[in-house]
Amino acid sequence: MDKYLEMIRIRFLMMLAYRTNYYTGIFIYSINIGAYYFLWTAIYGGKEQIQGLSVIQMTTYVAISWMARAFYFNNLDREMAMEIMEGKVAVELIRPYNYLGMKTMQGLGEGIFRLFFFSAPGLVIVYFIFPIRFTWDLSVWGLFTISILLSFLINTQLNLLTGITTFFLYNNMGLIRAKRVVIDLFSGLLLPISFFPGWAQGIMKYLPFQGISYIPSMIFTKGFSHQQAIEALGQQLLWVIILVIPIQLLWHAAKKQLVIQGG
Amino acid sequence: MFYVSMFFQYLSQYLKTRLQYRADLFVEFFSDLLSQAINLVFILVVFGHTNMLHGWNRDEIIFIYGFFLVPYAVFSAFFNIWDFNERYIVKGELDRILTRPIHSLFQIILERLELESLFGALTGLAVMFYAGSRLGIEVHWYHPFLFIVFVIGGALVYGGVFIMLACISFWADARTSLMPMMYNISNYGRYPVNIYNNIIRFVLTWILPFAFVGVYPAAFFLGKEEWYWYSFFTPVIGIIFFVSSVLLWNQGVKKYRGAGN
Repeated sequence: MDKYLEMIRIRFLMMLAYRTNYYTGIFIYSINIGAYYFLWTAIYGGKEQIQGLSVIQMTTYVAISWMARAFYFNNLDREMAMEIMEGKVAVELIRPYNYLGMKTMQGLGEGIFRLFFFSAPGLVIVYFIFPIRFTWDLSVWGLFTISILLSFLINTQLNLLTGITTFFLYNNMGLIRAKRVVIDLFSGLLLPISFFPGWAQGIMKYLPFQGISYIPSMIFTKGFSHQQAIEALGQQLLWVIILVIPIQLLWHAAKKQLVIQGG
Repeated sequence: MFYVSMFFQYLSQYLKTRLQYRADLFVEFFSDLLSQAINLVFILVVFGHTNMLHGWNRDEIIFIYGFFLVPYAVFSAFFNIWDFNERYIVKGELDRILTRPIHSLFQIILERLELESLFGALTGLAVMFYAGSRLGIEVHWYHPFLFIVFVIGGALVYGGVFIMLACISFWADARTSLMPMMYNISNYGRYPVNIYNNIIRFVLTWILPFAFVGVYPAAFFLGKEEWYWYSFFTPVIGIIFFVSSVLLWNQGVKKYRGAGN
């Protein structure tokens, strides 16, 4: 266990060394939030509510989902693809740790760094620029915390899964890009799932993506009742467990047919 | 003339390398198509809840998006300079470029061709025709010519802004994340500028004129007369920005000192 915690620490310190890059990052995210803020105010026009969300809730939704993205987002799929293509994965495999576990911990180190140095200051800035309403209800914050941890796990699992496909496809940059675009839309980052037409929502209910962004953001904006929030958390947890299966299967298949392309 | 023949030589080399990895090319097409589709889905879903966006209806917004895709495709095919800093300055590749008797910017553009992006123009045209036919836009004989002029103007606006950003590397060698930031700002130009507040509208028109890539020129074809003046200004802005970016580049190259090794 110690070595995994150490990995989180190392990644955290590594990110700290390059922190100037993140100040511009906060700016970029604020611009994104700004773009969607204006777009949504225009969409609402004079309407009080759309799908049970008011303009202010919608702005809060946009702000929190981008800031939560800073926590759960990582490039593990890209890193794995590079390590596999460069042959570095061979060394990783003989080291006395679980490669996938170690990758997850690195992602967590990165996420924790961004939570403190990106999301937290970012939220404060955004709070002063845009009309956002935060709740001070501690139970909401508690549920939200559990929820973004689960969304980190789901997103990381999907990244690991995409990363593992490099073993079979050799070059999967296109797949990685496609996956990112799909997640942006179907996770509810760009617009809440409840805005989609009914049939689309029906399909998305059976996909893991909404556990990444929609559920935590809805919990935060109080778009969900307490009961709905608990159910949604259960759904996220279920996906975390289900996703372990394909990862393990593919990982075992991958190790068997591993071809090192150099290194 | 020499420049034209160089262009075709690079082009044939480029095609050879690309066709070597056909599966990769296919996946790239697919993921481009997917991201365009997702932007469309966004527009469609949003208009499931509203009919008008500050006086623009659904098909008009879709038309603007379709138009935007065309100059954007031209831009991404020819001005692939996102990683100019890392590739040419940090690694010292620019030394190699500067020893050759062709303009350095032209060489970099040739080396970094990504013609597969032009595929996006086809998607854009398809989207425009779809939206245009639903809106009942009449096509006049001068439309295709103006379309080409506007597309070139829009692509030059994009090219100019990003070349200027690349030029920063000549003076400051630290890595900057300005490029992704600009990409985000450029997305503002896809929607009608009158939904934004005055400051952003001013910035998008005169300082980072991304509105000239999407909404302004598209407004002409949509028959929005109040924007005509801006529409016809598109090529002018494009030329101004592109020429000044090349001048800035020439100044920058004089400052370049090489990264060693």
